[in-house]
Amino acid sequence: MKRILLGSAAVLTIMFSSIAIAHADVLSQIEKRGTLVVGVKADYRPYGYLNPSNNIVGIEPDLARDVAKALGVQLKLVPVVASNRMQFLDQGRVDLLIATMTDTAERRNVVDLVPPDYYASGVNIMARKKSPFNNWESIKGAPVCAVQGSFFNEMVARKYGAKLVAFKGSAEALNALKQGRCAAFVFDDTFIAAQLQQQQWSAYDIPLKTIDSKPWGVAVKKGETRFARFMSGMVVHWHVDGEIIKLQKKYGLTPIAYSVRMHKFFDDNFVPSAN
Amino acid sequence: MLAQISQWFIWLNQTTGINLTIVYDSYDRGRMIDGFLNTIYLSLICLVISVIIGVIGAWLQRSSLKWTRRLVQGYIQLFRNTPPLVQLYFFYFAIGSLMPKIENKYGIMQPILSNWDWAIISLSFFAGAFNVEIFRSGIEAVPKATVEAAESLGFNRLQVYLYVVLPLAFRVCLPALSNNLVNLVKTTSLAYAIAVPEMLYVANQIWSDNLNVPEMMTFLLFAYVFLVGILVWAMNRLERRLQLPGYGG
Repeated sequence: MKRILLGSAAVLTIMFSSIAIAHADVLSQIEKRGTLVVGVKADYRPYGYLNPSNNIVGIEPDLARDVAKALGVQLKLVPVVASNRMQFLDQGRVDLLIATMTDTAERRNVVDLVPPDYYASGVNIMARKKSPFNNWESIKGAPVCAVQGSFFNEMVARKYGAKLVAFKGSAEALNALKQGRCAAFVFDDTFIAAQLQQQQWSAYDIPLKTIDSKPWGVAVKKGETRFARFMSGMVVHWHVDGEIIKLQKKYGLTPIAYSVRMHKFFDDNFVPSAN
Repeated sequence: MLAQISQWFIWLNQTTGINLTIVYDSYDRGRMIDGFLNTIYLSLICLVISVIIGVIGAWLQRSSLKWTRRLVQGYIQLFRNTPPLVQLYFFYFAIGSLMPKIENKYGIMQPILSNWDWAIISLSFFAGAFNVEIFRSGIEAVPKATVEAAESLGFNRLQVYLYVVLPLAFRVCLPALSNNLVNLVKTTSLAYAIAVPEMLYVANQIWSDNLNVPEMMTFLLFAYVFLVGILVWAMNRLERRLQLPGYGG
């Protein structure tokens, strides 16, 4: 009996140690295999989308490429969606997530969201360039298209007095905006920015200051401290160098206020001035 | 008193999780009252227009001109054989975009007919198509001898229709008409798809904001039972009022 117990203990010890080896720090794994695997969006233009030759391109794939370059390894991109991205990270199918993920307290319990956040999205409106809207108070009483069920609809109607015209989906709401049935369309500023890239919306822009802005974070698996610290450094570098602002311009977006603010903050506080 | 009722519903939410914001939150209450009134308003207008369409359509259906009859028949088939939601979308998004536009105060060229107008047009024509057939069934139930008697008194075709055939036909088709009008009131809820702020639209907004879907669904169900109940009661009264001794049921 004793022998069996001892034997199984030995087997268990070997098993655990092998798991410990398999679970060696992800950073050393990446270096050993020579490839960094990053989960990105493939359906969210221009943050991550498929180009005509079926490659994933966009702002986040470019950021991923920068990480691979800094590590001196090859890059492999894996398309993820909101409902599976954290599981992919947890199961080790990706080493890193740069996938339009909003940084929330609930998610911080599941994955390691690396500080500082690299991007932010909030609520804004899409309106004709010659529209009279210049601040949120100016939309009072105006017919504003929306999508039924958006969490910010109530705030826009209640606080700013817009007359909401809410449709079932964003396609119907955009169609109504185009037909001139509303003076503006209220939605996620990142979605609007992506729409504005299309030729058909060339007479429109985002006239207001984004409100209710929520930050997006880069995520690594929980407990990967060394990689998390490395990624913190990367994100800080992106802010210092204005890398994300450059990428937004590259993909035809007007740099969002968050990027500009972060760039200024890091530039002012962490880069010694010349004089 | 109102404050006490509000307090009680806040307490109900805190203790049981049953969250009826439309009672204690003045903003939600205001928009639900508006939604309720909008449903009544939309129903009444469509009711009146659809009955008028029915009367005129049934008259034109008996026209001696072949193309008039065909046109009415085409209208009936088109509206009876397509889903009302598809009709609403078709009118609002397809036909609506072809309408002439006028500039509004935001400097936008806005189509002349609003979502309200299109909802009224679309729902009235939808119910009207059924009403034409309902009135036809009533007209055909009027005995030929009665029409001949009226003609022998020197009435022309329109006079026979207005003073003899229609009053009798109306009595015959009232039960079928009630059915269709009940259907119409229920169909007004589809107008939420083109953002007409009736009850379903408002309920949808409220449950998105407060996540109280079951409560609002239940409220909606009872609100419609109430509205349709009133309509059925009124139609029954009308039926009894118009009853002729020895004629029909």
